[in-house]
Amino acid sequence: MSAVVLASDIEVAQNIGFGIIATMMIVGALKVVTSKNVVHAALALVVVLAGAAAQYLLLAAEFVAITQVLVYVGAVMVLFLFGVMLTRAKLGVDTELNNKNYLLGVPVALLMLGVMVYVLLDGFGDTRLPADREPVPIWELSDSIFKPYLLPFWALSFVLLAAVIGAIVLARKD
Amino acid sequence: MLVVNFLLLGAVLFCIGIYGVIARRNAVMVLMSIELILNSVNLNLLAFSQLHSNVDGNTFALYIIAVAAAEVGVGLALVLLVYRNRKSISLDELSEMKG
Repeated sequence: MSAVVLASDIEVAQNIGFGIIATMMIVGALKVVTSKNVVHAALALVVVLAGAAAQYLLLAAEFVAITQVLVYVGAVMVLFLFGVMLTRAKLGVDTELNNKNYLLGVPVALLMLGVMVYVLLDGFGDTRLPADREPVPIWELSDSIFKPYLLPFWALSFVLLAAVIGAIVLARKD
Repeated sequence: MLVVNFLLLGAVLFCIGIYGVIARRNAVMVLMSIELILNSVNLNLLAFSQLHSNVDGNTFALYIIAVAAAEVGVGLALVLLVYRNRKSISLDELSEMKG
């Protein structure tokens, strides 16, 4: 590395964008796990999932970002809101959302976070992403899905089929 | 851009999701926390995919999105079934299998 730091080396715009979106995602995620209102938690989850799609764009993974918006923000969130309504969750503040000893989760999460932060900083502390990253060409992605990973793709199709049939069988009235 | 930015964001989201799975009693909220965990894993996969200029990470991320969609469908069907039988989706009341 040269002694002079060029603006193109530290990629100011990308880093500022990353910071804003990451803060939004972390605040949203904290709201998902601490909110006392089920519907508010579901709406905070939308923020996190959309922010994740934006981060995928920063990582030059266009197709995955679009899929994330279609599948998560489009379909999964609608499913969640249906789940909230069909189980007649209390609209408004609900004090019964947490376990009795929910504070036990704090040390567990902080311990895992500490270990992971230490390991990640130790292993990848100053590794840079390639500066000339290009969006992943979709033909390359489809070649990867349909050539080396064809068998998992088939397995996944059967998983989806089984999930659809299983969900219908489980949720039927009779 | 440092790759560790994305990895640390993934780690933070993962730990928040773990806290949610432990702390929440409402089954729908637990499923939401699991979504957080799956998304943090996707973030890591895409970061490493970009770091090594290898498209495999993108493929795995797509597969994880598909599996997560299937998981939510079946999970919510199970929650609805539990609700219909017990009029409650509180997870700590499901203790029939405790010896």
